[in-house]
Amino acid sequence: MNIKVLGPGCPKCQQTERIVKEALAEVGADAVVEKVTDMLKIADYGVFGTPSVVVDGEVKCVGKIPTKEEVKQWLKR
Amino acid sequence: MVDNCCANGNAVMILACSGGSNVGQIANQAAVELTQERFGTMYCLAGIGGGLQGFIQSANDVPLIAAIDGCPVGCARATLRRAGIESFRHIVLTELGIEKNKNFELHPQDVRRVKEAVRAACAEREGAALRTAFGGCCG
Repeated sequence: MNIKVLGPGCPKCQQTERIVKEALAEVGADAVVEKVTDMLKIADYGVFGTPSVVVDGEVKCVGKIPTKEEVKQWLKR
Repeated sequence: MVDNCCANGNAVMILACSGGSNVGQIANQAAVELTQERFGTMYCLAGIGGGLQGFIQSANDVPLIAAIDGCPVGCARATLRRAGIESFRHIVLTELGIEKNKNFELHPQDVRRVKEAVRAACAEREGAALRTAFGGCCG
């Protein structure tokens, strides 16, 4: 599983990354978490805002910090 | 660390039909100017219509969408509904008294009228709260 956290690196982006990693640890899922900070690469996903989270190529949330429960739901699929 | 990365901290997504008539292009111009005036941010209706997943998810997650259609055919509205998005403010230029034609002459007073209509349609939004809730990541 590959998870990308899209965002230039401000506090909300960092919080999103932290939540994703905590959810992964709690579920015990095996995944690579990447931070994408390059705005041109972020634009390739067509997202309207950041932070955004992409799981295996699918944009899961845009412009907000997900809850840990939301992330866990994404990991189940 | 980026201290001010507020990528699209402005929570109003503006979608114009940008169609092939004067009213379509007035809709487009109004969307451009509203973006320049920082009322909201114009976004790609074509990306939603094309079924691009990042665009559809963005439209689902944004707190407020202003969809601007030139005429009652309602291409912007239809595009959103086809993508499963039902909640949006809808402005139709012909309902504002702007006559549809094919001369592509865009009159500034018409663009102004459309911008006023968009602002009024979105007036119920809680501006500051929405800005904090969406995208602005400097929180």
